[in-house]
Amino acid sequence: MTDAPAISAKIEEHQPHRSLWWDVWAQFSTHRGALAGAAVFALIVLAVAIGPFLHTIDPGYLDYKAKNLGPSWVHPFGTDNLGRDMLAQVLAGGRVSMAVGFTAMSLSLLVGALVGVMAGFFRWLDGPLMRLTDLFLALPLLPLLLVIIMLFRDTLRRAFGPETGIFLLIVFVIGITSWMQTARIVRGDVLALKEREFVLAARSIGTRERRVITRHILPNVLSPVMVSATLGLANAIITESALSFLGLGFPSDFPTWGRLLFDGKDFLTLTPVRVLWPGLAISLTVLSVNFMGDGLRDALDPRIRGR
Amino acid sequence: MFRYTIRRLLFAIPTLLVISFIIFALLDLAPGDPTGNLPLTIDAKTREAIRISLGLGEPFHIRYIAWLNQFFINEPLNILEEWWGSPIGDSAGRMRIRSWSTRSPVVDLIVERTPQTLWVVGMSYVVGILIAIPIGVISAYRQYSWIDQAGTLFSMIGFSVPTFFTGLVLIVIFSVNLNWLPMIYDTTHTVTGWDSFIVQVKQIAMPVMVLALFNAAQISRFMRSSMLDNLNQDYVRTARAKGMKEHIVVMVHVLRNSLIPVVTVIALGVPQIFGGAIITEQIFRVNGLGALLIGGIEAADIPLVQTLTFIFAVLIVGFNLIADLLYGILDPRIRYD
Amino acid sequence: MQISKKLLMTAAAVSLLASPALAERGADGQLNILYWQAPSIANPYLSGGTKDIESASLVLEPLAYYDENGAMVPNLVAEIPTVENGGVSADLTSITWKLMPGTVWSDGSPLTSADVVFSGDYCMHPDGGCNASTNFTDVTSIEAIDDLTVKITFGVAKPFPYGPFVGTTVPIIQKAQFENCMGAKAPECTAQNFGPVGTGPYKVTEFKANDVVLYEMNDKFREADKPHFSNILFKGGGDAASAARSVLETGEFDYAWNLQVEPEILTQMIAAGKGTVVTSFGTSVERLMVQSTNPDAALGDERGTVAHPHPFLTDKAVRRALSIAIDRQILVDAGYGAAGQVTCNVLPAPAVYASTANDWCKTQDVAGANKLLDDAGWAKGSDGVRAKDGVRLSILYQTSTNSVRQGTQALVKQMWGEIGVETELKNISASVFFGGDQSSPDTFQKFFSDVEMYTNNFDGTDPEKYMASWTCKEIPAPANQWLGNNMPRFCDPAYDALSSELGTTASLEKRAEIAMKMNDMLMEYGAIIPLIHRGDVSAHAVTLGGVLMNSWDSELWNVKDWHRKNPS
Repeated sequence: MTDAPAISAKIEEHQPHRSLWWDVWAQFSTHRGALAGAAVFALIVLAVAIGPFLHTIDPGYLDYKAKNLGPSWVHPFGTDNLGRDMLAQVLAGGRVSMAVGFTAMSLSLLVGALVGVMAGFFRWLDGPLMRLTDLFLALPLLPLLLVIIMLFRDTLRRAFGPETGIFLLIVFVIGITSWMQTARIVRGDVLALKEREFVLAARSIGTRERRVITRHILPNVLSPVMVSATLGLANAIITESALSFLGLGFPSDFPTWGRLLFDGKDFLTLTPVRVLWPGLAISLTVLSVNFMGDGLRDALDPRIRGR
Repeated sequence: MFRYTIRRLLFAIPTLLVISFIIFALLDLAPGDPTGNLPLTIDAKTREAIRISLGLGEPFHIRYIAWLNQFFINEPLNILEEWWGSPIGDSAGRMRIRSWSTRSPVVDLIVERTPQTLWVVGMSYVVGILIAIPIGVISAYRQYSWIDQAGTLFSMIGFSVPTFFTGLVLIVIFSVNLNWLPMIYDTTHTVTGWDSFIVQVKQIAMPVMVLALFNAAQISRFMRSSMLDNLNQDYVRTARAKGMKEHIVVMVHVLRNSLIPVVTVIALGVPQIFGGAIITEQIFRVNGLGALLIGGIEAADIPLVQTLTFIFAVLIVGFNLIADLLYGILDPRIRYD
Repeated sequence: MQISKKLLMTAAAVSLLASPALAERGADGQLNILYWQAPSIANPYLSGGTKDIESASLVLEPLAYYDENGAMVPNLVAEIPTVENGGVSADLTSITWKLMPGTVWSDGSPLTSADVVFSGDYCMHPDGGCNASTNFTDVTSIEAIDDLTVKITFGVAKPFPYGPFVGTTVPIIQKAQFENCMGAKAPECTAQNFGPVGTGPYKVTEFKANDVVLYEMNDKFREADKPHFSNILFKGGGDAASAARSVLETGEFDYAWNLQVEPEILTQMIAAGKGTVVTSFGTSVERLMVQSTNPDAALGDERGTVAHPHPFLTDKAVRRALSIAIDRQILVDAGYGAAGQVTCNVLPAPAVYASTANDWCKTQDVAGANKLLDDAGWAKGSDGVRAKDGVRLSILYQTSTNSVRQGTQALVKQMWGEIGVETELKNISASVFFGGDQSSPDTFQKFFSDVEMYTNNFDGTDPEKYMASWTCKEIPAPANQWLGNNMPRFCDPAYDALSSELGTTASLEKRAEIAMKMNDMLMEYGAIIPLIHRGDVSAHAVTLGGVLMNSWDSELWNVKDWHRKNPS
């Protein structure tokens, strides 16, 4: 085990960087689940990116006479109770949900990992940072949201327009309220890693702290971070829907997957396709990211990569 | 270890005070008005009179100090009184924290709500853990087998489909179509014998299923990833090389080490049991602590929300400490102090 | 509606005759009622929430009710005092109620005039924070003439003296029980507030705030064979759609309140055959308030005040065009079904007050709206939005968060799009929108948007106070802490004159005429764009008889007559 970083370091000397990532890719591409995940994920991204150009019905257009329709050629996913085309809404909603999901998830991972590593690695930071984590865990989320939104909604709306403004606000709110668990877990792992032989060895030969963190600690906390990432993505997409349900999110005529699922739930027995597609879209996205995360984790693990 | 514990406990006091202040300030700053839910036929003047009768006319710091006094001195004294059965000091004149929407003491409301939350949310947590650990262990041990894929699928669906949806699907299947289970939780039901126990099991079945699916999804992912990390360690190779039986290697050595981070996740999740499950409690009308909190927030019932979230904060700080101590006990490599 | 009511009545009568068991009090076992908002207190004076008032109405009773047609029916008294029978003084400054002898509280003690006097004092106490205090406006004294006679005196002539003690918002509470709970002490009496002693058909046995209330029949109730149900389980919580499901599809509950659910979902649930939906119409109108001051944030502290007129909504043509561009029938079909009717009045009921002068709004007229705007000089720009002198017809449309309201918003947005008006939608959590928080910019009183939508109504059947909402002095402004009811900031001296005339007119026909004139003024100017006359919708099991849906008072007003019947 202790030789693994040494080997990769040696490879790095000869062919800096490229070969490491080539190795990672080679390992990743042997992972069938990861490849399938990547394919599905690419498909979803492609669909929401190009879809609206192929299926040109305006997602906000209400064709009241064509309400509650089942699937047909004109409306492949049917229509909702106000006569909006579901396919167009799922496609348009996907753009927002994916954007919110990934940005918020990244923000929360970034903050979580940073706080976790800092707290675990530097003893003097542990106390203050963990108490800060406690504070955030203890804050009542809803009043916090109400305050943030009251203070910043109008300002952001004026500065960036109603949609971008709200987008920034939502991403910030979700990110800032969901990093705590990642931080706790990462800190726990770092605490254990810090005492491990290879870290002690690295330190004893005078490796600088920054390098110890980036070379030895970070790659080893990747697996819990990956799990947090998948869970965080799902969490961000769902939280966004909860926000709009509370009147704190996007304007109501602005479809997102979570919102479509929420609005459609009471129509479960009347027009089941209405909830099927947004639900499936969320699950598939999360599932594909999870498989990609699995593959990436394996690919980055030198012990597995060597096999 | 002992000194570490004492130091953490002492440190918890200022932390909690700061948290209580921030929560109070936040609630005070939040838009929302205890008279906001009244019918519009009640005019502005009456609303103002109601607000003043609730004590909202007082300045911020006075209300905060009054709350601290009530929470840390008056309420504990009341509890002591109940234990001893005789009055201590001026018990009738002691101000209690009163909810604005029900005008009754907040602590009584919390005591009333706790049983159903523990039944439903606590049970679902236990069930979730019992499902998650085997799934995590098997998924990791047989990585990429069909059972692993099925486990992954199960947990991803559990996590990515919101509880408002799974709850509704279960209601449509088990209450509407099959008519097996009640869709509304009866909080007045008491278990007295076998038959009433069966009724209780039936009424908690659906909310527990919904929440257990969600909890199991999360914990099984952490369990699997932690097992995977450990299965490749040198000590496992060593143990196998020594000729140890496979099940001992996996079930004793690997499992024990893999449980370390998972135990943290589990311990950290315990306060959430007391926090209740807002959406699930609403769907099945369990009306536990989660419903109490959301109701309080919607009605801008500041004393109620303040007290509940503060108790929640105490639990979080406490369980974080427990998680850290468990860490030290389970993993001898970690040294505190 | 009328026919089905009659059928119900005869069905009730027939089943009463058919089964002698019904003649016995409490023979029908337990009744399960579900309100998706849970009662939080059983003292209606301390909470104005419908859920609290209606759950308390099983226990506490007023002197007189409003029945399902909005007519007053005597309850604890023998007759309604009027000028004709001498109960109301000729100068309209006092009213004298005579209690029926022999009425007892559920603890066995007799109901006396002292209890009535006490109830008034309790609510009028300045530190009590009583919700019903407006019912006691202008009351100077309430005095007991003898054990059974109460005289209420007003400081001014009251053409409608039925504010105090008529309707379940102002019931009689027991003096012996609440004596030590006056004023600031009121909230501290938890036992009393959770379990008031009443004269009604039931008494509280267990009260779990915001969750469930258990009642048992009051065996001292004055009608010997009533109520028919021995116990009531009054559960709260959840949402409207699942409340409907528990009555209509699973049959777990007998009665579910306020089912604002998309009509097609209700229709599908009714098909399961376990229950029926009942509706009744009161005075609730879903309306658009049209801003006449400038809500632009750049104006700082002066935004939304009369100092700055609105850039384009001051043009009557724009207001009229916005109104006739809306197809109200579609809004009804999409969000309300049987629970809504197209209306062109902000005062749609009672029938004597309903004007027909504004029926032009009933049919959508897109061409007419376009022509109006063209003639007024609003020309369509390249983006399809009309503009004049650099002012674009771009509207910010706010309302509270609620799925039906958001559906209505989307439909209206599209209808306005057809006449070249751009709309941005905004929804705000109800507790913030309807809250009076001074620091929040999102309250319906501050109205920092161009158009806002909500429902309002008035208590009882007299519109005097309601119509006074749109007088000049009711305009919300920083000077009055934004506390005012005139959201559209409508101000017309002629309207104010009519309002004061209404306050001094006693004859019903004359009052109706003035109120209609006031309604027409508002409609003509377009201060308010009424959309839907909203009904109350509840569901009950097919086995539950005797339900008479009532929009003028508590829905449970006649619970003593509810009974179990065979579905047939």
